[in-house]
Amino acid sequence: MKWLRLFKRENPSDVAKDRIRILLAHERSVTGSSNLVALLRNEILLAVAKYIPVDLEQVDVNMQRGELLSTLQIDIQIPVSAKSREPAACDA
Amino acid sequence: MARVMVVTSGKGGVGKTTSTAALGAALAQSGQTVAMVDFDVGLRNLDLVMGAERRVVFDLINVIQGQAKLAQALIRDKRLDNLFLLPASQTRDKDALTAAGVTKVIHELSSNFDWVICDSPAGIGKGAVFAMQHADIAVVVTNPEISSVRDSDRIIGLLDAKTEKAKKGQSVEKYLLISRYDEARASSGDMLEIDDILEILSIPLLGVVPESQEVLRASNFGSPVTVCSPKSAPAQAYNAAARRLNGEVIELTIPKERTRLLGRIFGGRAA
Repeated sequence: MKWLRLFKRENPSDVAKDRIRILLAHERSVTGSSNLVALLRNEILLAVAKYIPVDLEQVDVNMQRGELLSTLQIDIQIPVSAKSREPAACDA
Repeated sequence: MARVMVVTSGKGGVGKTTSTAALGAALAQSGQTVAMVDFDVGLRNLDLVMGAERRVVFDLINVIQGQAKLAQALIRDKRLDNLFLLPASQTRDKDALTAAGVTKVIHELSSNFDWVICDSPAGIGKGAVFAMQHADIAVVVTNPEISSVRDSDRIIGLLDAKTEKAKKGQSVEKYLLISRYDEARASSGDMLEIDDILEILSIPLLGVVPESQEVLRASNFGSPVTVCSPKSAPAQAYNAAARRLNGEVIELTIPKERTRLLGRIFGGRAA
């Protein structure tokens, strides 16, 4: 997917925008006011990885901070060939 | 009671001190009394940018430690008589700042001025936290560049966690001031755009200060850009930002630089 993006837009500001967004989504989850969300993220990943082989590179974690509400969105790409129920090693 | 404002950024070199001087002068020019406090102990520069470096006798640490009274340490600006500067100490260790001392100084200043502007040191250490501690308003200075945006995000987090307001369950009014903005580079896709930065940091925009030679020129002369070249694009941006801080609702535009020739002629006369 990433290499497709490179062909589509070579615009430096778009590259910068994407990089900073992804970085901040991660940093906010680690250093943000709610450690609970960061802990949840890891435990959810571990729970999923227990049953489905998950490539941590294929996990998109997005957190939005709000005054009253923070939302956590985790997109995990699961390959069609993935076998369920087979506990997989997870390096998280 | 004064409104206490911190000018902060996390990253160094983005224009905190320049912005403090320019906003301080602009607010003073609108007739209000303004005290600017340099919190960068050991690396003070507000005195230099304000052209007051040779008039520093006492500093913030002297006042905190009781060696000088606040009135003795405050330096009145040569150009605007309702604008004052409290310099940081250049020789002391930054550990000489104490929470209780800072609280005392800020409280005393706030009962005597309309605005108290705290010029934060770079970083997220003790000095930066002391500078933001009593703030009602925070101006987060950001350059359209990813490392600056990242650090600003960190500072916004600190403002929401470490300030007195945050501890009381209230929140500091936070505004974004984008500096060193180059419209040509942004529209050609070489620079982060304003909307992108706003969307990422999600705090309201106070102003956009265009990249300009006038800023360096003003600091060479030891004068806030709003005083040194009041017609220049950055001065217009800072003046508009100051009016917004005073509650005026003005449309946000990015001031354009005049042609260089005219700038030279008029700027030269003003100096």
